[in-house]
Amino acid sequence: MTIIASIFILGGLFFFAIGVLGILRFPDFYSRLHAAGKSDSLAAVLVIFGVALYNLQELSFGNLLVSLKIMLIAVFIYVASPTATHALTKTALIIGIEPWEKGNKRQ
Amino acid sequence: MMGEYFFLFSSIFLILLILVSLIRVVGGPTVGDRILGGNVVGTKTTVLLLMIGVLYEDLGMFVDIAIAYALLNFIATLGATKFFLRRGDVREIVDEAITRQEDIVADAEASKGGQS
Repeated sequence: MTIIASIFILGGLFFFAIGVLGILRFPDFYSRLHAAGKSDSLAAVLVIFGVALYNLQELSFGNLLVSLKIMLIAVFIYVASPTATHALTKTALIIGIEPWEKGNKRQ
Repeated sequence: MMGEYFFLFSSIFLILLILVSLIRVVGGPTVGDRILGGNVVGTKTTVLLLMIGVLYEDLGMFVDIAIAYALLNFIATLGATKFFLRRGDVREIVDEAITRQEDIVADAEASKGGQS
């Protein structure tokens, strides 16, 4: 059980690192949003699932309830993170942040 | 078998990632980049709180804090986007305020010149 949990957590940390790399390196706001929005929700759910598995080492009713609560955070992030990204994209389009095109200067 | 060190080093790695993504919050060229950076830091902090809970062997308490932090992060992002949707870019607001102040100063000087 701990090995499976550690694999999940390491995968989540890998996707977090990829997301931060994308935020730093991509040329404009929309591509950075693309990197952050997708990789972050996946990585958070992976790590949270790994912690919930690790918590279930000693099986008891209290631990089961805590793990259920942890999975509730995962479900909430899976709903909330795309919603926040969508709202951010819509706002950026309306207030006029311009998309990057090939040959332009990096923003 | 896994040991405490796994969660300790995972937490340190997450903290390093948070510090690196703070670059985008401080130096982002547009206002959207700053909000995005705040959102990313908030998501990482939610996960970091769970890891701290494992380290302190009191996960039941830290789960509640993590839920509250996730809710707060979502609401903060939505609030910031709504605000800038209505008000436009920060630079325009600052420019408007500066021109308004210059107008006020010019009016005051003109009225003073008229009296004397």
